[in-house]
Amino acid sequence: MIEVKNITKTYGVGDTAFQALRGVSFTIEDGEFIAIMGPSGSGKSTLMHILGCLDTPSSGTYQLDGKDVSQLSDEELADIRKDKIGFVFQSFNLLPRTTVLRNVMLPLVYAGVEAGERERRATVALAASGLDASHFFHKSNELSGGQIQRVAIARALVNNPTLILADEPTGNLDTKTGEIVLGTFQKLNEDHGRTIVLITHEPDIAEHAQRIITVRDGVIVSDSKRHQRRNARHAE
Amino acid sequence: MTFNDTLEETYTALSANKARSGLTVLGIVIGIASVIAMVSVGQGASSGIQSSIQSLGSNLIEVTPGAARNAGGFGASSGRGSATTLTQADADAIQSQVQNVSALASEVSSRQQITARGTNTNTTVDGVTASYLQIRNLTMDQGSFVTDAESQSLAKVAVLGPTAASDLFGTDDTQTDGLPQDIVGQTIRIKNMQFTVIGITASKGGSGFSNQDDMVYIPSLSAQRFLSGNSAVSTVDIQATSADVMTQVQNDVTSLLLSRHGITDATKADFSVLNQNDLLSTVSSVSQTLTILLASIAAISLVVGGIGIMNMMLTTVTERTREIGLRKAIGAKRGDISKQFLVEAVTLTLVGGVIGIALGVGVALGVGALGLITTSISWYSVFLAFGVSAAIGIVFGYYPARRAAALNPIDALRYE
Repeated sequence: MIEVKNITKTYGVGDTAFQALRGVSFTIEDGEFIAIMGPSGSGKSTLMHILGCLDTPSSGTYQLDGKDVSQLSDEELADIRKDKIGFVFQSFNLLPRTTVLRNVMLPLVYAGVEAGERERRATVALAASGLDASHFFHKSNELSGGQIQRVAIARALVNNPTLILADEPTGNLDTKTGEIVLGTFQKLNEDHGRTIVLITHEPDIAEHAQRIITVRDGVIVSDSKRHQRRNARHAE
Repeated sequence: MTFNDTLEETYTALSANKARSGLTVLGIVIGIASVIAMVSVGQGASSGIQSSIQSLGSNLIEVTPGAARNAGGFGASSGRGSATTLTQADADAIQSQVQNVSALASEVSSRQQITARGTNTNTTVDGVTASYLQIRNLTMDQGSFVTDAESQSLAKVAVLGPTAASDLFGTDDTQTDGLPQDIVGQTIRIKNMQFTVIGITASKGGSGFSNQDDMVYIPSLSAQRFLSGNSAVSTVDIQATSADVMTQVQNDVTSLLLSRHGITDATKADFSVLNQNDLLSTVSSVSQTLTILLASIAAISLVVGGIGIMNMMLTTVTERTREIGLRKAIGAKRGDISKQFLVEAVTLTLVGGVIGIALGVGVALGVGALGLITTSISWYSVFLAFGVSAAIGIVFGYYPARRAAALNPIDALRYE
């Protein structure tokens, strides 16, 4: 469970100070699929960095699974990221010239999971993200965009995180492949009960979530639960 | 992250960029190999020169006529033949009056044209006494050396060095010494006088200052009578009983000859006394300078190789900024990142170091085997080169590694 209370973030000092977040509060229950929406410069990226423990807020509290992570050191934040957070990036960020399996196992390497267990868990995660087993030993640069993003999703899943953070996951994909990836997220949410936070600036992407938080100029302007979410065509 | 994981990451990263890794390793290889090869050439040269000086005889003091020039001017031509101030009487006086002289031989040398069976050669004819064999560490290959009786009786006999023998009588490859076996007993002509060959000396190898293989030895009195026509000697070789008394013998010989020649000012001496140890120390200091020179040239290439590593690591860090950001985002700590880059740098230097040592030792042995120059691999240079390369890897790898580890994951991920 995620509890964010009155978070602010200020960059710089004095006259040049810029307040990216001006007091944001919300709660995310386990198993929710949330989209955080907003135009560029709205503060949604800053919010995502704080949720992902890549950055700490200037003030306010952030409770992740009952633990306050808002004032931790770099090293402690790394531990939180390792155990509780899975990232999916717009630009995929797979290791080039490295096999799919190794890419997915990478978080487990840093988590200190032993080698045999790594492969087992990576295989499970890849299956959950819907990548065909025939691709496991392909190099990441031999895959299509949609396949690459599924590998990235599997990598985000593999350490069994509390929260999967997806930052514009379809931004580099065409509409059809984007739909497939969104379908994967929905499936993970419905079938595996994963908590997913999707950051996007496109309303029709956000509509795939159950709840949409809209951010503008550093504050939340709307937070609405949807009764009827848009279903991605589970193509393939 | 276990050490095995770090190694695996390192292997993946380095093999992903084979050309660049290879070129970086090459820089280190050349640096280390040149240190080892150049030091071995320097060491080989100095030990070669030293052993060839040693082979001239041990505990040797040479007295030559003519004023001393400098210690380095010792050689076949310094003063020899140009002055006639040293006589057999001087040699006899040294033998009878100076203590701790175990052997003494006087030489009367001159360049002569020598003919035999229609062949001819121009070489050094050395008039010697029987003790010359012992003093100069010579051994006989065929026949026997000049005896004291032959020296006294003005016998026209000659002992040939192996080079002179083959120049005059040809070679015979079926023999172990490469010479025809019927030379002893034949005659050679020096200044139109017939000398009977009574022996051939064993080869000492033709390196160093004077080539003792290209020589013809005849009794010293015969040389004075038939060749030079006076009683001057060109060298008196004195062998001291031990290395400890060399200075005493040298001083006694100098003062004896000064008084015999009626000279009071030692700086105006008409002879020079050379101590083999002086020569040895001069030569060793020269060859040591040479070794240091070669090693410092090689050290420069080692440093250049190290800068190559730092350059590559810095480029790598920049190029892989996003990868570093990703690794941090999925839980890598500073230590994990800096360890990974440090291990990459150290691996490059270690691989380069091992190949460099193999190459350096190979080049040194190869050059030695080809006979171009004597080489001697000194283990200190191997350890030094390897130590320096390991240090370079750590030092030049540490800075880029730290830089990589300190990157903020957000900035790193956004880096284009």
